[in-house]
Amino acid sequence: MDRTMLDLTAYELARKIEARELSAREAAEAANARIDAVEGDINAFVTTTPEIALERADRVDERLKNGGADGVKLWESVPLVVKDVLSTKGTRTTCGSKILEDFTPVYNATALENFGGDLVMVGKANMDEFAMGSSTENSAYGPTRNPWDLDRVPGGSSGGSAAAVAAGEGWWALGTDTGGSVRQPGAFCGMVGLKPTYGRVSRYGLVAFASSLDQIGPMTRDTRDAALLLQAISGHDPNDSTSAKVEVPDYLSTLEDGISGLRVGVVTELMNAEGVESEVKSITEKMARDLEEAGAEVGEASLPHATYGLPAYYIIAPAELSSNLARFDGVRYGKRAEASGVHEMYRRTREEGFGDEAKRRIMLGTYALSSGYYDAYYAQAQKVRTKIIDDFRSAFRDFDVLISPTCPTAAFELGDKVNDPLAMYANDICAVPASLAGVPAISIPGGLSNGLPVGVQLMSDHFTEPTLLRASYAAEKSSDFRFEMKP
Amino acid sequence: MAETKEKQTYQAVIGLEFHVHLATRTKMFCGCRVTYGDPPNTHTCPVCLGHPGALPVLNEKAIELGAMAGIALNCEVADHAVFARKNYFYPDLPKGYQISQFDEPICVGGHIDVPTSDGTVRVGITRLHLEEDAAKNVHVGESGRMHGSTGSLIDFNRGGTPLMEIVTEPDIPTPEAARATANQLKAILQAIGVSEADMEKGQLRCDANVSIRNLDGSFGTKTELKNMNSFRFVEKGIAAELERQREIIEERGRIEQATMHYDPNKDEVYSLRSKEEAHDYRYFPEPDLLPLELSREWIEDKKNRLPELPAEMKKRFVESYGLSDYDAGVLTADRDLAAFYEEVAENADPKQSANWISGDLRALLNEEGIEISDSKVGPKHMIELISLVETDTVSRSAARTVLEHVFESGDAPSSIVERDGLAQTGGDELDGVVEAVIADNPDEAERVRGGDKKVVGFLVGQIMKATRGNADGGQARERLLEKLGS
Repeated sequence: MDRTMLDLTAYELARKIEARELSAREAAEAANARIDAVEGDINAFVTTTPEIALERADRVDERLKNGGADGVKLWESVPLVVKDVLSTKGTRTTCGSKILEDFTPVYNATALENFGGDLVMVGKANMDEFAMGSSTENSAYGPTRNPWDLDRVPGGSSGGSAAAVAAGEGWWALGTDTGGSVRQPGAFCGMVGLKPTYGRVSRYGLVAFASSLDQIGPMTRDTRDAALLLQAISGHDPNDSTSAKVEVPDYLSTLEDGISGLRVGVVTELMNAEGVESEVKSITEKMARDLEEAGAEVGEASLPHATYGLPAYYIIAPAELSSNLARFDGVRYGKRAEASGVHEMYRRTREEGFGDEAKRRIMLGTYALSSGYYDAYYAQAQKVRTKIIDDFRSAFRDFDVLISPTCPTAAFELGDKVNDPLAMYANDICAVPASLAGVPAISIPGGLSNGLPVGVQLMSDHFTEPTLLRASYAAEKSSDFRFEMKP
Repeated sequence: MAETKEKQTYQAVIGLEFHVHLATRTKMFCGCRVTYGDPPNTHTCPVCLGHPGALPVLNEKAIELGAMAGIALNCEVADHAVFARKNYFYPDLPKGYQISQFDEPICVGGHIDVPTSDGTVRVGITRLHLEEDAAKNVHVGESGRMHGSTGSLIDFNRGGTPLMEIVTEPDIPTPEAARATANQLKAILQAIGVSEADMEKGQLRCDANVSIRNLDGSFGTKTELKNMNSFRFVEKGIAAELERQREIIEERGRIEQATMHYDPNKDEVYSLRSKEEAHDYRYFPEPDLLPLELSREWIEDKKNRLPELPAEMKKRFVESYGLSDYDAGVLTADRDLAAFYEEVAENADPKQSANWISGDLRALLNEEGIEISDSKVGPKHMIELISLVETDTVSRSAARTVLEHVFESGDAPSSIVERDGLAQTGGDELDGVVEAVIADNPDEAERVRGGDKKVVGFLVGQIMKATRGNADGGQARERLLEKLGS
């Protein structure tokens, strides 16, 4: 097996294919072979699609051979890992749930269409059921293991996407982030995870968890790959009313412009949030210093209500989810339990089809929206959300970029928190504020703690991804950490 | 009678709730066509089937039609409105929630003036909101209902059709006024083109909230009356429900809050027993759609583009055609009939036109139970018929017969007159008939000569009989008296 090819970043691979030093088919074959070799240990995929990868890679090569006159985009030749929550026409899409075990969509998610019709997909990545979880242990298809340490979780909910890239089963992946589901597994697996501004990437075809929070995001080996993949999937979509009519800038062209004079704020409340380990804190501080050395002006920033984000998030997200998952009723598609009447059919289908965490959150959300409780829970949580949005607005008057840990710790062990939902939820404390405010946030590796990667989070104002990526790129340059394929 | 007296102390409190399909080409949140009667499940897509990951996109035309309806009903059109999810499980509801509007609807606070036999009643409009229709469940088996069926099928063609809900205040005093309210509302919606409002196609559905006011003036317990598929049944259903409630009150029973159904065959209401508890729909703002922001200019523009409303048209008919309030009201209650009238009145005497159309023609339409648009009688026929009467070519009564023939065949009135020999008997011909009748009835003729007018009618009748009704009665009488010298 040619590890040198697998060690390349997506951008480097794309350039080599563009220069005809390699072919898309060779890349797809290498990914397929690597999947065969390590998947038994990692379990990063619910479904692998080696034939689709080869067939489409051939089509890309064919188009490249024709001189690229039909406009082969740089990213198209690089095989992609797709989280199993994105609708893929003709390829089953389970969302990590038993209820969609045999469900094959009839259409493609817009983000995938934007990437290109010949998308070289190597497989559908494992995930926490319907993207609910921080460890990928809530999957009906077994947990995914962290390639850095097979006894540890890869994070979640996009744990399969993260683990696949970390293990070299693909060069990059698409994940989805509702309350940290791209950033946290990115951090746990020593990768870059970018949650774009809410509205930057169409949600059409992203099976909804919490509609007001969900965003599709790149999970990559470095910042440049994240910029390239974001370029590939972004843009207004008439099929998604919440996708913004904001022009998509050229993310690559400003990446290396430097950060001289960039105002960077260290978020006090998140540095001192409950459970943040001292090593995580010092790695974050080090990155702030690195940025300062690279020319940024670093100061202390405050998001006074940030830590109330966690409880607010755990009201709003389950509330929306309880409604979003109502369509899985056994009537039109997916699993249907045998029963004598329609109500019994509903009950049994959902009883058998959903896992514990899904049921737990459906109950939480249903309760939060119930008459008599709505004002105390859902309405109150929305007020907190408004406060947090205001916090960011005022912080961004003084700072261009905010910095904090991505999560309080490095990857924890399998089974460690799966029976303690509150401990599991607490993992999201640093990630959810940006989700609630809809601002872009990126997690990049800051260093190692006891041999495990630790992520640092950068956040910026709505639709300022170029600034965010520029800061991320500069931080990466000054860091000692380089992507390493594991195991 | 004691009973009647007691009855009069009861006061009905009636509010209506309408569901109206908007006349858009496509569905509320996707590009599928709105159709009626097409094969099942031929107009569906991932959005209206609630497939995972599919998202709604608002139909702008539906917003426009909703706002126009609100303006026509004298409502306030909101500059900020919010779609909300109404959550419940039902097989015809593919997403497990209906996208509707809850606490911030597009229109609030309007009214319509409804003509009734007791005068005009002003009925308040509480709110008007937009939503999507559910699909259609078809239950297989003899019962035709879910209960006792052997299986159920779902036709998603209807699912997602733009729907407008209009709720009135409980201002309606009688079943008759409820029917008139429904009629008036239908006429308004048709006039401004927001809906075809055809009940048979399910484009207009009407439910009623019915109660009897307590003696202390407070509202009694209301019941909801559903399944009334014509305006006649709205009236009859409400009457039946009021009667049921009255009986309970008189037996000193308690009225239970319930959903009642009207059975038109038995002319009675019944309650469908349901084990289900009260619904908690868990409304919350639909996160997949942005709040609706309507500018003042936009609303003004819709106001200016509103076509003439029935009330305005009625006023114009009275003023420019010199019609009675009644005739103008009858003609303008039906948009097509009003257009028909205007075309005739352009070319014929407006009052005569009104008499014929609101009287004879409408009676024929009602008898057949058809609309003017489905009738074989065109404005041209009507104009010709009126001219035949005016030129004394046919008598008024013969003209009625001609109209019946036109109604059946669609033939031109003049050719019917010729074919059936219905031309008016007049001039020398009439003189001859009068003389013959005098000769045949010498005794009666003598009595008239002597000043006895009682038998004039008999003799005129003989003349009409001899002309087979083709003489003008007044003319015949005139000639008769002339010849008998009295």
